[in-house]
Amino acid sequence: MKRDMIKIGDIDLELHEAGEGPPLLLLHSGQGFSPDDPYVGMLAKHYRVIAPSHPGFGYSSLPEWMDAIDDIAHVYVALIDRLDLPSVHIVGCSIGGWIAAEIATKIMRRIDKLIVVGPEGVKTGRRDELDIPDIFAVSQEAMNRMRFHDPVKAHVDLSKLSQEQMRVIARNAETLSLLVWEPYMHNPKLRHRLHCLTMPTLFLRGASDGLVTADYLERYAQLVPGALIETIPEAGHLPHIERPEAFVAAVTSFFGRGA
Amino acid sequence: MRAWHFSENAYPFLPPTDEYESIRVTLPNRLYDPVKGAELYDRFLTEWQIAEEEGVNIMLNEHHQSATCVDPTAPLVLAALARLTSKARLLILGNPIANRRQPVRVAEEMAMIDVLSKGRLEAGFVRGVPTELLPANSNPVRMNERHWEALDMIVQAWTGHDGPTSFEGRFFHHRNINIWPRPYQSPHPPIWVSTTSPGGAGQVGAHGYIQATFLTGFKGTPAIYDAYRKGWREAGRGIDVPVNRLAYAAMVYVADTEAKARAGAEKLLWYVTANKISPWFRNPPGYSPIEANVKMMLGDAAGGGFGNFGANSTIDGAMANGTMFCGTPDQVFGQIKNFYHHVGGFGNLLLMGQAGFLDHEETVAGIRSFARHVYPRLKEEFPDDAISGRRDAADAAASE
Repeated sequence: MKRDMIKIGDIDLELHEAGEGPPLLLLHSGQGFSPDDPYVGMLAKHYRVIAPSHPGFGYSSLPEWMDAIDDIAHVYVALIDRLDLPSVHIVGCSIGGWIAAEIATKIMRRIDKLIVVGPEGVKTGRRDELDIPDIFAVSQEAMNRMRFHDPVKAHVDLSKLSQEQMRVIARNAETLSLLVWEPYMHNPKLRHRLHCLTMPTLFLRGASDGLVTADYLERYAQLVPGALIETIPEAGHLPHIERPEAFVAAVTSFFGRGA
Repeated sequence: MRAWHFSENAYPFLPPTDEYESIRVTLPNRLYDPVKGAELYDRFLTEWQIAEEEGVNIMLNEHHQSATCVDPTAPLVLAALARLTSKARLLILGNPIANRRQPVRVAEEMAMIDVLSKGRLEAGFVRGVPTELLPANSNPVRMNERHWEALDMIVQAWTGHDGPTSFEGRFFHHRNINIWPRPYQSPHPPIWVSTTSPGGAGQVGAHGYIQATFLTGFKGTPAIYDAYRKGWREAGRGIDVPVNRLAYAAMVYVADTEAKARAGAEKLLWYVTANKISPWFRNPPGYSPIEANVKMMLGDAAGGGFGNFGANSTIDGAMANGTMFCGTPDQVFGQIKNFYHHVGGFGNLLLMGQAGFLDHEETVAGIRSFARHVYPRLKEEFPDDAISGRRDAADAAASE
């Protein structure tokens, strides 16, 4: 996978790119982007996969003025313009899905089709109940159970990581705090803007996702005209990691096979 | 040397630790009996009044959603103390301004207490421990930046006297700042800032504010004071740093015999031992610097803001660390003198003099023994106008 640093405004953005075919903007979850994850190569067989590290994640810089998911969406609107993409598919996982939804409210006509995977971003439930469990108030074990169908797969062997990798992990976690702490995991404005989404949209969810429930996803999808919902069995919050074949099959069936 | 009696307003009547997850953040308040709580407030206020009678100053702090410190709105207690006392300096250490939404409101509270107490306020500001973040719903990232911006805004509110001013910062905005009352002291009450890291201390020194550090001991304190003095000098405040700019908080218990002192000190250890906290509350992402988190992942650091507390859980361990001064008046005087010279001198001793089940009589006995038999010697030996630390920057560098 090709890796570049490009300048968008005052941001140094890390950009990964691979494959040929219809352009597909791939927006990672709060744990950051790993080009070696199997689903990435599988997608690159069909599409020109363009995968930035969000500002504050990976090696992308984080200017001090940025503190919201919507700020990142604005960066990617500029990126799509910079790459001269008249139209693009977007796949966003978890907060990447939230970013994708924010982008879609700004440049709806430039997006061919949109897939959001276990997305956060809206508040639809009761005000005295969190829509998304508080990820800052649970143990690592509980988080692993919410993120994975098989929590054993969540295990990270710290002894196998370089200090540089640890630095990226710590920085990703810090940026995630900055972006989702308050309002917790949502932008109160977003739900009122989703009515203008004109592109075909798929809401995808792992059946065992403990963070984004089926009810939440359904209420979210109802805000988007004509949105479809699909579930990937035996997967948690990160189906692209846990079930790459099933995930890529869902993507290609919705987008078409491309190259 | 000035001494300050500090009590956290703890609520110690809890079930055994294995029956709850965390003494902070999640402990259900059904475990708090308001009747017992009212008695405790009465008692702690009385103890501060006794400290004043003994010539000792008063210090209080603020925590939220925690049994270790049931003083979530310290300015309220301070307002009561402003009326219950008449001589003692009143130190709040402090206002957690990175977690407060409206700095102007804090400026108003402090100005009002300064007037109520006729100019006895010492206004402290703290960044706060990690367990304050969820209770305040406050973002762990960029706390330091919020802290300093809020403090600048508070000073602006205190010092503007010619009608409204405005402040449009990165985090805080206020178009019409024109507080009534203005502070009693001019230009404003003395400002204190607590920090337990050299990086923070450098900034405090550059501002010339009074620097307090808690339980950082023989090991951590010299680097913090060095950083303060370096920041002070680099900001052009002169070569000499007065000792009255530096403060140190330790557990202190004095009695006429060593055995009695150790019995009291044993109970003070509640500060350190009643500290069961769910690990995920100790270090929310963004609270500690990236490099500190890398060290934690490498297993080099215990993690979180309470990392060094474990070693202090015995009297001998705490005394060896320099986080506790305990014994007869002669012994305690010697221990403080030793610590004073080890760190280069400090002018304010913050006495953590009540904790957990140390009862009223024991607390008062500790305050009195200190005030009558140690404090006069400290005042004589360590005058307030002494100079702290090495004067030569090369000496400071050599010690690193």
